[in-house]
Amino acid sequence: MKNKLSWLAGPYVLWMTLVVIVPILLVVVYAFTASGETAADIGGFTLDNFSRMGTYTVIFARSFQLALVATLVCLLIGYPLAYVMAKEGPGFQRVAMVIIMLPMWVNFLLRTYAWMAILENNGILNNFFEAIGLFDLINGLFGTDISFFPMIRTQGAVVLGMVYNYLPFMVLPIYSVIIKLDHSLVEAARDLGASSAGVFRRVTLPLSLPGVLSGVTMVFVPSVSTFAISRMMGGNNQMLLGNLIEQQFLGGAYNPHLGSAIALVMMIIVVACMWIMNRFGEGEEQAVIL
Amino acid sequence: MSKELIRLANCTMAFDGEVVLDNINLYINDKEFLTLLGPSGCGKTTTLRIIGGFQEPTSGDVFFDGVRINSIPPHKRAVNTVFQRYALFPHLNVFENIAFGLRIPKVDPETKQKVKLPEQEIHDRVMEMLQVVNLKGFEKRRITQLSGGQQQRVAIARALVNRPKVLLLDEPLGALDLKLRKDMQNELKRIQQSLGITFIYVTHDQEEALAMSDTVVVMDGGKIQQIGTPEDIYNEPKNAFVADFIGESNILDGIMRADGVVEIFNRKFQCLDKGFLPDEPVDVVIRPEDVDIVPEDQGQLKGTVTSVTFKGVHYDTIVDFYGFKWLIQTTDFCPVDSRIGIKIDPDGIHVMKKSQYSGMFGDYSSYSEEYDEIGDATLEPEEEEGERDEE
Repeated sequence: MKNKLSWLAGPYVLWMTLVVIVPILLVVVYAFTASGETAADIGGFTLDNFSRMGTYTVIFARSFQLALVATLVCLLIGYPLAYVMAKEGPGFQRVAMVIIMLPMWVNFLLRTYAWMAILENNGILNNFFEAIGLFDLINGLFGTDISFFPMIRTQGAVVLGMVYNYLPFMVLPIYSVIIKLDHSLVEAARDLGASSAGVFRRVTLPLSLPGVLSGVTMVFVPSVSTFAISRMMGGNNQMLLGNLIEQQFLGGAYNPHLGSAIALVMMIIVVACMWIMNRFGEGEEQAVIL
Repeated sequence: MSKELIRLANCTMAFDGEVVLDNINLYINDKEFLTLLGPSGCGKTTTLRIIGGFQEPTSGDVFFDGVRINSIPPHKRAVNTVFQRYALFPHLNVFENIAFGLRIPKVDPETKQKVKLPEQEIHDRVMEMLQVVNLKGFEKRRITQLSGGQQQRVAIARALVNRPKVLLLDEPLGALDLKLRKDMQNELKRIQQSLGITFIYVTHDQEEALAMSDTVVVMDGGKIQQIGTPEDIYNEPKNAFVADFIGESNILDGIMRADGVVEIFNRKFQCLDKGFLPDEPVDVVIRPEDVDIVPEDQGQLKGTVTSVTFKGVHYDTIVDFYGFKWLIQTTDFCPVDSRIGIKIDPDGIHVMKKSQYSGMFGDYSSYSEEYDEIGDATLEPEEEEGERDEE
C-alpha cells in the first residue's frame, strides 16, 4: 500500500465485498445451476435457465423500450432546463434546484400513489374532464360512448412514472457540467464568428456530452430494472423485467435460478449499452472525466 | 504613419457604479503594434474587451474605420482575439481549433446568402497558418497534448486564420516561462510585420511593451497616463507613475529655478527641460544608468554606498544621499560603506510636472521588498478586473 491512510478505505472494501461482490457471485452461481431438493437449493450445472429465456423476449423488449423512451423524454425536458439553470443567476438556480429536489423528499410510494389517484379511470384527471364536459363533447362529436380516458395501467403511465421519478438524475449531472464550462470558450467562439446558436451547437453541446452520458446512465439503468413503478402504474398489463424477476423470488412462480439468470442477462445487456455509449462519448473526448 | 483604424472617444466604463475606465480617448492606426500597458486593474483588459465587442462602454463611442460599432457583437467585427488563457476548444484537435472560424458560414455581402468555405480552402488556410506559427505536423494533436507555448501558437493561428484587420492579444505570453516568452515576442513581432495586421496587445510587462510596440499606452486607475513610442515613454515620462512603471527610476523633489536649471538637494543641475514657471516645484527623474560614479571630491553629490547586488552586466548599487536612497547601475564595483561622488549629464535629467503620483515612487529605501513584489507579479498571470458580461 502506497498511502499510509489506505486502511481508511477498509470498512468500505469490506462492505463492498459483503453486499456487492458476494451477491453478484451468488447470482452467477444460481443462474448456472438447477434446483436441488427444494427450489432454493443449488443443484448441478445447467444452461436450462438461459434456454428458457426466449419465452420472455416480449418483456425484455418492453423493458428496454420503455426505459429508452423515458430516458429520451428526460433528456428532452432535462437538458434545456439544466442549460437555462446554468446560464441564469444564482437566485434562479437555487429556486430551480429546490423545485427539482422537492419530489425526492416525498416518500416514493406516496408520490406514486398520488399519481395513481390522478390517473385512475375515476381519478382526479378524468373527474376534471367529466366536470368540464369534455366527454360529452367528444361523444357528441364522434358518436362514441366514453366516460373516461384510460390512463392508468398503460405504457404511457409507466413512462410517466419513470420520468417523474428519475428526471432529477438527468438534470443534475448536465447542469453541473454546463456550469463548469469555461466562459472564455463561449467568448472565443463568439469572437471567431459563431452566433448564439452556433456557440451552442459547436461548443456548449459537445462539451456537455459527458453530463448527458452520465444523466442517461442514471435514468436508463433504474428505469430498465424498476418493478414498483411498473406494478403500480402499469398494473398486470405492463410487466417489466423487474416484475418478472420479482416473481421468481417472491411470487408464485418461485424459481431463484431462473430469476438469477434473467437478472444476469439484464445486467450484461445494460453494461454493454453503457460501454458502447462511453466509447461513443470518448470520441468527443472528456467522457473520461466522469 | 498610415490611416486611423480604431478610435475610442470619451469611453467610460463602470461596473455597479465603480468606474474602471475613465474617459478614454485613443486612436489606433492601421498596421500598428499598439500595447496597452499597466498594472493589474488599470483598465487595459476592459479597453481590449470594448474593442473586441465583449463589453459595451457605459458612455462614449467606439469607431472602426469611421463606423460607430458600440453595440456590434463580437462575431460581426473584423477583429479576433487571443485570450489570456488561450480558451482553446478541448473537444477539438489542433486542426479543428484553427478551422473553427473558417467553418462558420459567412453572409456574402452581395447575395446576402450564407456561404460555406470549400473544404479544400479550409484545409489550405489552416495548413498555411500552421506553417506561420511553426506547428506543421501537429494538426492531429489533441489540445491537452500540447505544451503552453504550442497552445499559445494554436491560439494565435486560430485568430489569424480568419484574416482579421485587427488582432487583440490579452496577456498572451503571461503563462510562459521567460525564455519562451522572449522567443514568442520575436515571433509575434515577425508575424505582425509579415502579415501587416494591426496588433493591440495587453500586458503588464514593461520590457515586453518596449521591445515589441510601435506605440505604448500606459494606463493606471482607468486613465491613460501617457501615449508614445517606446523611446518617448522611457526617456520622457509624463509623470512619476510612468517613470516608475517603465524601467527603474530615481524620482526626486526639485525646484525649477530657470529654463535648463533644476535644483535638487539645494544644488543646481544643468538639464534640457524648459517651459516651467519660475521656482515651480517639480519631479525629477534620473535613470540608474545615467549616473556616473566619480571620486568623492569630484562629485556633484556625495553619498554612502549601502548595498551592492551583482546583476551580470552591472551592479545594482544603492547609495544614500542625504537620507534619500538612489539606485545606480554601474559596471564599477563600489564596496558597501564607501564614500562616492556622482555626476549627471544634462540629458540624464528629466523634469516632470507634479502630479497625483508625486512622492509615491522613486525612492529605493525599500529596495529588496520592491524586487520581491516584482517577483510575485510575474509568477501568476494577472487576474483581470473581474466583471465579465454574461450572455
